[in-house]
Amino acid sequence: MDSLPAIPPHARTYRYDAVDKAFLQARIAEFRDQVQRRLDGTLTEDEFKPLRLMNGLYLQLHAYMLRVAIPYGVLNTRQLRQLAYIARRWDRGFGHFTTRQNIQFNWTKLADAPDMLAALAEVDMHAIQTSGNCVRNVTTDEFAGAAADEVVDPRPYAEILRQWSTLHPEFTYLPRKFKIAITGAPHDRVAAKLHDIGVIAKRNTEGEVGFEVWVGGGLGRTPIVGTKLFDFVPEADFLATMEATLRVYNALGQRENIYKARIKILVRDLGDEFRRLVERELAEMPEGRYRLPSEVVQAIAAHFAPPPFARLTDNPPALRQALEANRAFATWVKNCTHPHRAPGYVSVVISLKPIGGIPGDASADQMEAVADLADRFSFGEIRVSHVQNLVLPHVRQEDLPALFAALKPHGLATPNIGLVSDIISCPGMDYCALATARSIPVAQRISERFADLDAQLDIGTLHVNISGCINACGHHHVGHIGILGVDKRGEEVYQITLGGSATNDAAIGELIGPAFSYDGVVDAVETIIRTYVAHRAPGETFKDAYRRLGPAPFKEALYAAA
Amino acid sequence: MSAPAKVKPVTAPVLLTANDLRDGRVVWLTSDGSWTLNVTEARLFAPDEAAQALALGQAAERLRQVVGAYLTEAELKNGVPMPRRFREKLRAVGPSVDAEPKPSLSLAS
Amino acid sequence: MPLLEDGRLRPDPFVTVTDEEPLPEGTPAIISLARLLRDAPAGRNAPLGVALAPEEDPRALVPFLGRLSLVAVRLPKHRDGRAFTQARALREALGFRGEVRATGHVLPDQYAFLLRCGVTVVELPEGADPAIWNAARQAHPVAYQAAVAGDAEPLGFLRRHVTA
Repeated sequence: MDSLPAIPPHARTYRYDAVDKAFLQARIAEFRDQVQRRLDGTLTEDEFKPLRLMNGLYLQLHAYMLRVAIPYGVLNTRQLRQLAYIARRWDRGFGHFTTRQNIQFNWTKLADAPDMLAALAEVDMHAIQTSGNCVRNVTTDEFAGAAADEVVDPRPYAEILRQWSTLHPEFTYLPRKFKIAITGAPHDRVAAKLHDIGVIAKRNTEGEVGFEVWVGGGLGRTPIVGTKLFDFVPEADFLATMEATLRVYNALGQRENIYKARIKILVRDLGDEFRRLVERELAEMPEGRYRLPSEVVQAIAAHFAPPPFARLTDNPPALRQALEANRAFATWVKNCTHPHRAPGYVSVVISLKPIGGIPGDASADQMEAVADLADRFSFGEIRVSHVQNLVLPHVRQEDLPALFAALKPHGLATPNIGLVSDIISCPGMDYCALATARSIPVAQRISERFADLDAQLDIGTLHVNISGCINACGHHHVGHIGILGVDKRGEEVYQITLGGSATNDAAIGELIGPAFSYDGVVDAVETIIRTYVAHRAPGETFKDAYRRLGPAPFKEALYAAA
Repeated sequence: MSAPAKVKPVTAPVLLTANDLRDGRVVWLTSDGSWTLNVTEARLFAPDEAAQALALGQAAERLRQVVGAYLTEAELKNGVPMPRRFREKLRAVGPSVDAEPKPSLSLAS
Repeated sequence: MPLLEDGRLRPDPFVTVTDEEPLPEGTPAIISLARLLRDAPAGRNAPLGVALAPEEDPRALVPFLGRLSLVAVRLPKHRDGRAFTQARALREALGFRGEVRATGHVLPDQYAFLLRCGVTVVELPEGADPAIWNAARQAHPVAYQAAVAGDAEPLGFLRRHVTA
């Protein structure tokens, strides 16, 4: 690239210094050498595979796929523009945002991968530990540093976790991959109870920061809601607690059976003994070595200081007038914004779920459009949500009409956040080598079935999650309606679960009955939704109605006729 | 990505497929020993040629042409070979969804 | 098999003794944890070492630490990283100061991590080129976290130069 745009001055992203940049350059040089040795035959595929995976390069169904870490889902506009550049130069002009706040490029060539990593390094990004049995990209609340209900800004701690886990000498050959999520808000927007470790940052009565630590949650073949390990870990002991937990897992986690190797199985099998072992590790640690000094927290937190918010008031006249004048705008504001801590500001969710589109896909043109709008309206900052949408975290309420008008021409103003067409979907068998069935076309057909916005609004909050295999990248277990595609004697069939939840009331959905065909699954979803509409109490959401009614009326509607 | 290594007796005609080492694209072995992106140009091996086909795949791996070569059952449809398994059909014809950004997404919604 | 220590190959003075063989007098010997617990060999003049299996807890060695010159930890496959935690526990929780030796299927890419976890000696396959191991060891002069060995001057935040 000839010249990179400047980092927007007010974007609060962690900025690499000379030490970080040198580290990343060394890593790229190492990988460039490894690719060369693969191409010249010095390395066999068996030897090369773990090396490429450690740099995020998978071999998928149709091509190599590069998975790029978006650390805790936070991007500045320079970084997003670079992702657009990479998409256009080395891929087919688009990228796919994932449920782990990463982006995937689906059409990568092996020899291009080192150049793609070099382009990422120019904007302080990498693909390290986006695969392999190590600590993966740490995820957090897409409204971090902005949400009105936030108690502790999780971003400094997420960055500390990112650095601490990078090429960790002890935890790079774990029994299985390891996913950590952290939030600092009482409303859980990170699925904390469904991660290997979920952290909820909070404050005690003295105002000191501490961490509620959940362990052993997860989806996949054995979905389990996590267990609370500690209620309040003091900030100084944060990393020591992570170390101790991972040591117990590394020593005792199962390694023979890949389906029993996640920490959730160990925690389930050990019960209270797991906590005792973690406490023993903590007690044996030398004083000081793993302490997290408050000076380090403060120095990293300085990267995430609030941008220079103007002194504004909520509900400015310009917004009120536009809301009254334009129903489409009012609907978008109602569905696609989230309350902000600063008066007169709001966070805006940009839907990557147009009717009939591929959930989470964005073209290079769209990425650049979002970057332009983030520079104009959001201090040059963007977030990626685990629901596969983008977020402008800090938008003036008075700017909402202009932002709405500017998003529309790019197909980015779909007002469906939290509605039936805001579907989480993994890539499924259209791209993924592990998949047993397609996911994307099912999502497309469901959103087309419910294309009518008024119908979606009437149905209300409803999360439909679709996975194309038991690994559950589409989080189907925790969808209000979850869909799992499996292979049955060469045919794609789809199992449906109901009543899942990924938030504070985390729950694993219940299998409703026999699977549906590829053609029949959309009808089944419609039947479920019609049943809900027929049975709901006034104002009752799908999830609440299901919890009150249980599966009986849904089973009846789906299977009685057969 | 290689398919699960199941050692089953081959009873149907098969194609030899793999991913190209350099770009990862799905490729099929042709009659002249080259690899093609176009499944209709692929060589259909009789069941008793399966071992020979697999050996050709392993040789191509050693020559660093392809990665993860394996056999997949196929049949002739309208005179050209087409794999039987759904997954392999998807590999042969590409994603069933748009693999390019939709022009409509960058135009007025 | 050759041993790699401080970047150089050196011979192995130890012999590995099965649980049934008698302990050779005057020769450094490595025995299993089971045998150590069973026989608790004492009064030997020659150095004694123990080979831990990946599933064995180094804390079982606590009563014997003063008599041990060497503890070997093993990677049955390079992906099986239990040895890293065993080595770290030996150094940190147990304060063991003798040789910690890594055996089994170890890759050059793992050398620096093993050193950081407290391993001092790696058993290499016959004919291995130490230059490859030393190059891999020096690939990353910076680390982002504390470890039990190799920490040099701090670089801000949790970062530090690595000397291991």
